[in-house]
Amino acid sequence: MRAIHDIHGGIHPPDRKSLSRPGELRDAAIPRTLMLPVRQHLGVPAKAVVAVGESVLGGQLMAEAQGAMSVPVHAPTSGRVIDVAPYPLAHASGLQDICIVLETDGKDEWRLMSGVTNWRELSPEALIERIRDAGIAGMGGAGFPTAVKLNLGPARPIETLLVNGTECEPYITADDTLMQCQAAALIEGAQILAHVVGAGHILIGIEDNKPEAIARVEAAALEAGANIEVATFPTKYPSGGEKQIIEILTGQQVPSGGIPADIGLVCVNPGTAVAARQAICEGRPLTHRIVTLTGEALARPGNVMACLGTPIEDLLVEAGLTLGAEQRIIHGGPMMGFAVSDLSAPITKITNCLLAPTLSELPLPGPAKPCIRCGHCAEACPASLLPQQLYWYARAKDQEQLTEHRLFDCIECGACAYVCPSQIPLVQYYRAAKGQIRDSEQERKRSDNSRDRFEARQARLDAEHAAREAKRAARKAAAESKADEEGADPIQAAIERAKARKAEQDKTP
Amino acid sequence: MPALLADQPLLGALLALLCLGAVFGALLGYAAVRFRVEGNPISEQINALLPQTQCGQCGYPGCRPYSEAIAEGDAINKCPPGGEETIQALADLLDVEPQPLDAEHGVEKEPVVAWIREDECIGCTKCIQACPVDAILGAAKVMHTVIADECTGCDLCIEPCPVDCIDLIPRKQGIGYWHWPLPADRAPRFDVIASDAHRQDAA
Amino acid sequence: MLGDIALLLVGAVLVNNFVLVQFLGLCPFMGVSNKLETAMGMSVATTFVLTLASVCSYLTYNYLLIPLDLAYLRTISFILVIAVVVQFTEMVVRKTSPLLHRVLGVFLPLITTNCAVLGVALLNINQAHNFIESLFYGLGAALGFSLVLVLFAAMRERLAVADVPEPFQGAAIGMITAGLASLAFMGFAGLI
Repeated sequence: MRAIHDIHGGIHPPDRKSLSRPGELRDAAIPRTLMLPVRQHLGVPAKAVVAVGESVLGGQLMAEAQGAMSVPVHAPTSGRVIDVAPYPLAHASGLQDICIVLETDGKDEWRLMSGVTNWRELSPEALIERIRDAGIAGMGGAGFPTAVKLNLGPARPIETLLVNGTECEPYITADDTLMQCQAAALIEGAQILAHVVGAGHILIGIEDNKPEAIARVEAAALEAGANIEVATFPTKYPSGGEKQIIEILTGQQVPSGGIPADIGLVCVNPGTAVAARQAICEGRPLTHRIVTLTGEALARPGNVMACLGTPIEDLLVEAGLTLGAEQRIIHGGPMMGFAVSDLSAPITKITNCLLAPTLSELPLPGPAKPCIRCGHCAEACPASLLPQQLYWYARAKDQEQLTEHRLFDCIECGACAYVCPSQIPLVQYYRAAKGQIRDSEQERKRSDNSRDRFEARQARLDAEHAAREAKRAARKAAAESKADEEGADPIQAAIERAKARKAEQDKTP
Repeated sequence: MPALLADQPLLGALLALLCLGAVFGALLGYAAVRFRVEGNPISEQINALLPQTQCGQCGYPGCRPYSEAIAEGDAINKCPPGGEETIQALADLLDVEPQPLDAEHGVEKEPVVAWIREDECIGCTKCIQACPVDAILGAAKVMHTVIADECTGCDLCIEPCPVDCIDLIPRKQGIGYWHWPLPADRAPRFDVIASDAHRQDAA
Repeated sequence: MLGDIALLLVGAVLVNNFVLVQFLGLCPFMGVSNKLETAMGMSVATTFVLTLASVCSYLTYNYLLIPLDLAYLRTISFILVIAVVVQFTEMVVRKTSPLLHRVLGVFLPLITTNCAVLGVALLNINQAHNFIESLFYGLGAALGFSLVLVLFAAMRERLAVADVPEPFQGAAIGMITAGLASLAFMGFAGLI
């Protein structure tokens, strides 16, 4: 039995998971139009390679990755491209980004890449290449390009692959449903990823509020004859954070500013593992994902397997949405999600949940009151930070102190805001502060670069000036020495020479 | 000697003080030479905080002359491209009070880059010569273009252009540059009263 | 002997703290305590100056003024000694740390007229300390000053970002806090 440790702080909000009936998965209807953003991941946006009017098949490449920190996008079904232009995205900013709009033809014809059954014989590099070509990004919510995450190099040896089946956020049951319905695929996916990173040990962590999932995964592991450890631990929010689950299951902390690979671990979402298996074994790129549709404003909450690019309102209408007064649709969970302003926005690789609460279920936050310095936030913080100090310094825009108080170790889980008796939206302050600090860093780099270019230019101009001066001085010296040779006036001497030559020419007819 | 001092205590006192003064003066003179310090390195640190647009809006021909002026004691609020953030950083470095930007030198605008309308460019190279950071690519009678990553938005190229084909467009556009805004300072206390209760009851 | 020195130190640092109990040296205390880094720099400078000045004044008094029967000139000659020591310190600081010099520049001459420094020198005479006692008295005074300066700077840094009502922002809340700290230090009264 593995020793289970505890993380500092954490909260126990009501989990409200039974509302979305985990374990029951249905397919969402294919909508009439799909909008595929070219950026569904962290990093450089992909570039569209299809033209307006072109017909595509399911699984066909629609946008190409641009460099290493980029992920391609594939068509979830067959149809015709009707536009490549900016459209509203499901993003906290409400801004638009380029989307490839696909009009589906309902035939769902596919063109798969080649799949392999003997993935054990392939080299890790070959497998990573397939994973990259399949457009796989982290499906837990951050969207980090999986191929980059797995490509670590010899400097960071990996001992354990950790599959993060925690899903600690209330309401969300997408991973729970995946683990119950696709346990065998999860096991094989985990084995593939462990082979890629060279991990000798596979560990699947699941919170103890998912007994069904634990049973199914353990059974599947046994059946596969695989040496996979399934560890369960008490339910607490936010145990599902990467650094938190590592601390719980291994007792080790990921160093501040570091990544789990620094201590020999790679952590993946179960959805990512299943997608990797699908890509390698079946040749299917990432085109669908499980989305939890929940909230009391829905008549038929549940988990659906939806095409990427499905407009949010299509999924919610299918689930029986009743639009109430001041109805919010939250992309993600109640702790870390954000409200979507435009319901025509599509779901993407990172959409794990759409939450449609009624006002009585999740009341609107009241106005923030003054901080009373009670310190509850510091008690709740799972990263052992000082949220109160971060709050004061974020208000004062004191970037130096914010960095000293480890602002960038904040995982933005919202536990501090949950316990704050003054209902201060603490995480908003931290996100704003992080953005400002990143901005300032960028500006500093730019101005350092500009200064170097300016000084180089000055040096070049000075050098040119000096060279010109030197040449002029040399010419002057040469003229003077020539004058010394020829006598008084070199010009006169030249005139005489010309006259003499002319006289010569006149002489000879 | 003690007799002299006993007779004329004032003289004695003066002499004692003079001697003391002379000794200390000599000590300080020696120290002044021994601990002499050259140059003014603080201006380097000031220059590192300025935005390096070399635009001249502060009244000095570039960022380095302004940083040297600040080291001599000039006001820190003359740099519009640097804006509030630079003034605050300079105030922290020099431990002086931050002041609002001096409107005489300009106002803080969003970051911009220059953009040449290529249809109208005549290839005269006047803008290339004007650019303080060599951010314009081109040659005589050949198309000119601004390298956006290097452009500081100083607008020194706008004037020399004889056909006025250079625009300044905002640099930070699009979803890649967005970040969360700081929440507005909390509402005044008189908002938290009973009539707000309707927002919090059961719908 | 050691016990006496210990009592002297505790007295100078806590019980009769020069800033919060005897109310000397308030000018640099309020002026430099805005940021923790400058406060620490100032306290190091003051410690150096105070200890050195205390020793030099003792030597000047006992080996120059007393033999020449010029005890009444002690005030003016102490000021002279302190001014020289401060100038010397300033030159050393300028050489070793230009930034500290730029920041503390205005305050180093202020240490010259810092009544705590002159106060220590004169109190040494009043309390008839010997050489060792003068040395430790000066050191204790400086340590007390540094302690309070650093603590106060930390508090003022927090006050700077806190939600202070507008009429109280800046020096006003600083003075109120200093008063409260002074009240707190009264608690040491019965210590020795």
